[in-house]
Amino acid sequence: MAYEMIVLTNMLIAILFAQSLNLITGFCGQVSLGHAAFLGIGAYTSAMLTKSGWPLMATFIPAMVIAGLIGMIVGTASLRVRHDFLAITTMGVSFLFTGIIRKQDMLGGEMGVSGIPAPDGGRVGLLLMALGLTILFIMIMIYVKRSWMGFVFESIAEDEDTASVLGIDVRRFKLFAFILGTAGAGLAGALYAHQVRFIGPDSFGFVESVTVLSMVIVGGIGSIWGVTIAAALLSVMPQFFQVIDDYKLLVYGLLLFFAMRFLPEGLGGLAKRFRHHRSKS
Amino acid sequence: MLAIDILIQGLIQGSIYALIALGLTLVYGLLRILHVAHASLFTLGGYLGVLVTNATGSLFLALVLAMLVVGFVGMASYRIIYRPLLSRPPLIALIASIGIFIASEEVFRLIFGPFSISYKATPLQSQIDILPGIMLSEARIMVVVLAFVLLLGVNWLSRRTRLGIAARASVVDPGMAMSSGVNVETIRYAIFFIGSAFAAAAGVMVSLLNNLVEPTMGAVPSYKALAIIVLGGLGSVRGALIASLLLGVIETFGTIYLDDILDRDSIAFAFLILVLMIRPKGIFTKG
Repeated sequence: MAYEMIVLTNMLIAILFAQSLNLITGFCGQVSLGHAAFLGIGAYTSAMLTKSGWPLMATFIPAMVIAGLIGMIVGTASLRVRHDFLAITTMGVSFLFTGIIRKQDMLGGEMGVSGIPAPDGGRVGLLLMALGLTILFIMIMIYVKRSWMGFVFESIAEDEDTASVLGIDVRRFKLFAFILGTAGAGLAGALYAHQVRFIGPDSFGFVESVTVLSMVIVGGIGSIWGVTIAAALLSVMPQFFQVIDDYKLLVYGLLLFFAMRFLPEGLGGLAKRFRHHRSKS
Repeated sequence: MLAIDILIQGLIQGSIYALIALGLTLVYGLLRILHVAHASLFTLGGYLGVLVTNATGSLFLALVLAMLVVGFVGMASYRIIYRPLLSRPPLIALIASIGIFIASEEVFRLIFGPFSISYKATPLQSQIDILPGIMLSEARIMVVVLAFVLLLGVNWLSRRTRLGIAARASVVDPGMAMSSGVNVETIRYAIFFIGSAFAAAAGVMVSLLNNLVEPTMGAVPSYKALAIIVLGGLGSVRGALIASLLLGVIETFGTIYLDDILDRDSIAFAFLILVLMIRPKGIFTKG
């Protein structure tokens, strides 16, 4: 049972993490290549706090707030630039994060933080917390998508210039999506730190950012269910097929390429096309 | 004396960045695509440089061969990756390119093994006095000379030949160029050939300076090259060249004076983010 529980918790954390990026990239159309940095910020915040005696539950808020705050700073700086520039600035954020962590002795530097305490309630407790938070986050996403704000996000993703002509304060909404998304990543980071109980600069590098982006892309940019399924599958796959784990990057890389080449709308788009097809016939 | 020494090291580093960034900025200018997989071509160039030199003993032959082979691979990468995606939003091509790049690192690992490969006898290692008190190895001098010659060559090509003029026309206005009888498709293949060959030259040079090649060697220099072309104002060749040299120098100074706060590889991005906050369109663009 223990093994299945670890796999399941991993899967839930991956879903939460992928959804937090889906909010930025999917809903609002802003590509981030440095999302793992915010997972890292949440993970480090939470790990340092539980190591000094806080219960895990109490660290969720600080992890979200700090990740969201740094997300706000990064967003204010990088949302001034558009599309191609943004992809590169966020990639820079990912390098900057690992670069700074490596040099901080307080945060374990190159060696990382080990001996992170087990969560209260053990494995079961963590699983339940991950389940609850993931469901909560998905519900918030569904709410946002259906609300007026969801329409605004969609209009920005569709065509920024037209949106701003219509009187939408594009930058404010982009920044809001960025803060919400990075706070979500911070939350996933808090869970992640206590799932693996060892974190280091390399746990949050560029490859992790690409991995989570590939979950969003394969799932279908902006589709909540598509991304949930893609994140679940892609996070579990390497654990069940050891072969894939050895060639994980090869599989992810080719998956990204073929998804873009033949299925640019992802699983979500495929489902939509299928429904459309059936309703016509 | 130390300052001059650092400056020279910075310029050497900058020349390598310039060779990598040139291809990226040309591709961006022509197709509006961020060609992340450029890094794979750089790595391939490095491997060919070491393997051919070890097999034949001639670095010159290795350099020429690496540039030719990688040039053709670059053309193939346009045909396979980008051409089918041209009608889609640039984001799609960017992500496909990232996919190819991370897959290629694994392919290098499978073909050449996970460990680094070195030169059997590293060429060009004797030291030469260039200024009183400053010694440089021949390899370092060759990096700067080669970058200078190649960049002058491309400058001549773009100003004095029909191909170059047609290429510049297709960057400014592809539709107009096409209706004036320019074969835009030929231009694209030519640009990919030149850009990739330059990346290969940079790969050979880096393999020479570090005396090793490994599957992941492409990652960091090419992320930085991406930062450089953004700094230089995307698509601007002159901007990219100046930004390359500037970054090379800043980084070298940074590793000495900022080492307690930041590691070497993040200095470039700290600088990039700082610059973009002041000038959101890069340093060398107007407005």
